Formats: sequence, C-alpha cells, structure tokens
Amino acid sequence: MARIVNILPLSRDPSSRFLPWIIAFMVWLAALSLAASMMLASASKEWQRGLAGSITVQIIPGESDDPGTMEDKTERVVALLSTVPGIRSAEALPRAKVNKLLEPWLGKDALSGALALPIPVLVDVRLEDGTALDTDALAARLGATIPGASLDDHGLWLERLVELAEAVRLLALIVMVLIGSAAVATVIFATRTGLAIHAEIIELMHLIGARESYIARQFSMHAFMLGLKGGLAGLLLASATLLVLGNLAARVGTGLLPPFALTPVQWGAVAAVGMAAALLSTLTASMTVRRVLRRMP
Amino acid sequence: MDSTEEVVRFENVGMRYGLGQEILHDISFALAAGSFTFVTGASGAGKSTLLKLLYLAHRPSRGLINLFGRDITAAGRDELPVLRRRIGVVFQDFRLIEHLSALDNVALPLRISGASESQIREHVPELLDWVGLGDHMDDHPATLSGGQKQRVAIARAVIARPTLLLADEPTGNVDDEIAMRLMFLLEELNKIGTTVIVATHDEGLISRFDFPQLHLVDGQLKAPEGANAEGTAS
Repeated sequence: MARIVNILPLSRDPSSRFLPWIIAFMVWLAALSLAASMMLASASKEWQRGLAGSITVQIIPGESDDPGTMEDKTERVVALLSTVPGIRSAEALPRAKVNKLLEPWLGKDALSGALALPIPVLVDVRLEDGTALDTDALAARLGATIPGASLDDHGLWLERLVELAEAVRLLALIVMVLIGSAAVATVIFATRTGLAIHAEIIELMHLIGARESYIARQFSMHAFMLGLKGGLAGLLLASATLLVLGNLAARVGTGLLPPFALTPVQWGAVAAVGMAAALLSTLTASMTVRRVLRRMP
Repeated sequence: MDSTEEVVRFENVGMRYGLGQEILHDISFALAAGSFTFVTGASGAGKSTLLKLLYLAHRPSRGLINLFGRDITAAGRDELPVLRRRIGVVFQDFRLIEHLSALDNVALPLRISGASESQIREHVPELLDWVGLGDHMDDHPATLSGGQKQRVAIARAVIARPTLLLADEPTGNVDDEIAMRLMFLLEELNKIGTTVIVATHDEGLISRFDFPQLHLVDGQLKAPEGANAEGTAS
C-alpha cells in the first residue's frame, strides 16, 4: 500500500487550526444569504403569480347604507363588471370570509352585534389571460355608477413589494460575493504564511527539481481538505439555522411572511456552497503558490 | 554520456546579486564527463556562488553556462526542473527535512520525479546500507550525528543517479576520519561515471587527492599556488 508522505508539514501550521473555522463561518453566512436570496425570488414570483390577472373592487358602506343597500350595490357592481370585456368572473367575498380575515386584527366584537364596524364588501375580479384592462376607466365608471365603489389593481403594492424583494435579494447576492472575496483573501494569507514558514523546504524541493505544479499541489490538496472540513461544518450550521427559522416562521402562520422553505433544488444549491468553498480554497492556494514560485529562478 | 563529452562549460560568466558588486568575474572553464574537480579558494572567494550557478539556484548576470550540452542561460523555466534532476547537491548545511525520516529524506528526489513507492522501497534502503545507515532508516535528522546527517545528504544527492554531483564544503562540519570516508565515497561515485565537483577550502584534503582545481581568488579563476597553469580544469 502506498505511503502518503507530507513533504511540507502544512498540517502543523497555525493556519490549519483557524482556517476551517473561518471557512465554516463564511459558508454559514454565504449559505444563509443564498437561501434568503432564493426564498425571496420564490416569494416574489409567488406574489406576482397570485396577483397577476386579478383585481379587487371595494364597496365602502355609506353612513345610511343598511345591509340591503349594500347587497344591492354589490349586485350592481357584479353586474357592471360582468359586462366588461376581458373579465372572466366577478365574485363578492362572503361576509363570513371577510370577517374571518379581519377577526385576528379587529376582534370578534367589532365584527358582529349592534356595535359592529361597517365592513367594506370586497369583490374578487378575475381577468381573462393576457387581458390589458384599462383600470383607470373602469375605476371612474364604477365610482360614477355605484357610490362607494373603488378599484384596486394591486399594481402599486405589488410593484413596491417586488422592488423591495429584489433589493433584498441583490443585497444577499452582494453579501455572498463579499463573503467569497473575504474567503479568498483569507486563503491567500494562510497560503502565503505557509510559503514563508516552509520557505527552506520549498527552496530545497525547487533545487532538487520539483516543478511548480508539484509544490502547488502540496498546498492545494491541504487547502482542499481544510476547505472541505470548513465547508461541511458551515453547511451543517446553515442547515440547522434554516430548519429552525423555518419552524419559527411556520408557527407565525402563513400570509404574514413569505414561504420559509427551500425546494430540493434550492437545498442542492445551498449544499453546493460547501463544495464551492473547498474548490475555491484549492484554486486560490494553487494560484497563490504558483504566483510566488514564479519569482524563483 | 561519452567520457570526453563536456558536462559543464562556463564562458565569461559574471555574477552579481541584484545591483550589488560582481562576485564572480569572467569565469571560463569546461569539465569533461566523469571528471573530479575541486573548487578551491578562501572564504568569500565565490565558491558557493559558483556552485549555486552550477545547481541552477541562480542564473548568471552575464556570460554563458552550458550544462549537459544545453545553454541554460537561454533555457526556459519549464526546462530547468528536468536539468536540476540530473544534478545532485550535497549542501554545506545538509538541508535535511527535520520532520522526515532518513529514508524519506533520501527518497525526496525520487518522489519529486514521480517514482513509485515500490521503486523507493527497493532503492533507498539499499543506498542507505551502502552509506552505512541501514540501521538508521527510520531515524529523524535530529537524532543523527553530524557525520550521519552528511551521509543522508549524500545519499539524497545520488539516489536519482545524477550526471553531476556537487558538494559544498562537505568536510566542513565533520571530523577528519569522516571527511576521508566521505571523500572515498565521492571517489567511488566518480569511478562509476558521475562528474564530481567539490568546493572546499580544506588544504589538507586538497593535497591528499590529486584532482584538478578551479582556484578562485576574489571571484576570479587563478592558478593555485604551486601550479603552472591558469585555473582551468579541462
């Protein structure tokens, strides 16, 4: 069986002790950033898909409107909407459903009984696929025909939400790039330290006829092992963090937070961060050594 | 290699480190394959620098150096490792790797040139036996005496069967008896065809062996005292 002889005792260097921990910390941060970026991308798509092709008409009750008047207004709104080309359906949300949505915020007492607050009627309108509705004209028509009726195409809200999500996503990617750069700088520093510590042995190897690639391989294999150790540790930490945060988000309830879960493909991408750390360490160490050795005759 | 073939040729070689003063001036000589040569001179005469040029630790500042028929001043960096593998060097301070055993120190040139573990297992113990260190194969340099370290260094220098063997002050750190044994060892290697160059300022040693000299005085080749010819070895 072949003996593995470490000509350069790199495992005894101080960097061998701290580098895996630094890489683990960076992989943890990078994996969380990547997960956040992917979850926000999914959430942004989900919001756009959920709200595209739909508008909401709101009928605010007037001071003198009784339930009968509101029912009449609702029927007139639905009837008007059903005559507009491009609208597939228009359906008033049942009062019970609206109450259920509002109950956590306003309380049961505010929604029923003699002191019940006047709750607007919401009409959910679904558009035909690819319809470009003139919402301003429709809003004006609704307002003129039925007092208290207004239209919300979710456009502004959705636009701002998506903008925010994209900004946070971009930030997460920038953080990832910065973490990668910091990892590269750390490996360069550790490799240069190793080169300085073992300068005599390296010079000897060079004089005996070792090629740059042979010496660089000693460093890159060592860096790969350190990177792999750190990468796996960081990945374990990141997975645990994501699972804990997912559980906490699930307890808060859906609707308030974007879906805090990764698809199998996204989990794969997060796992790749660990392997990328090992490969980045290997490549950085190899390039650093070759660059330094090039100065030798 | 034919015994009349030149292994080393220097033509008007000058050497300076950086912008400092020139340490070697206009060095010209040629050495035939299978020759044994002393490089002599007082401390600071330029012996070590000459050897460094020979084992390709530096390139000359001017002039031409030809090793094994190749002009190394024109050789690309990629060619140098292969040329270096044809040169064995016994360094003055031995330069053994402390965390490696005697066996692994000697095996270093073989590992670097890609030899298999079975080749290493076959040749290294045999050579360590030949230099009288068969019982010390697993010992680390820190536990070896000066003479033993030197023999490990010699074994490392010759394990890859170099064409050219260089020794820098090989007797400087050992007693007379070990120095003589070492010289006989180098003589043996020379008899089997290795070109040997020994840099030394040990007059006693030089007088005991009748080998040609390259005598350096202040970085220039001069005729050794008592000799007629200008310092050329060929």
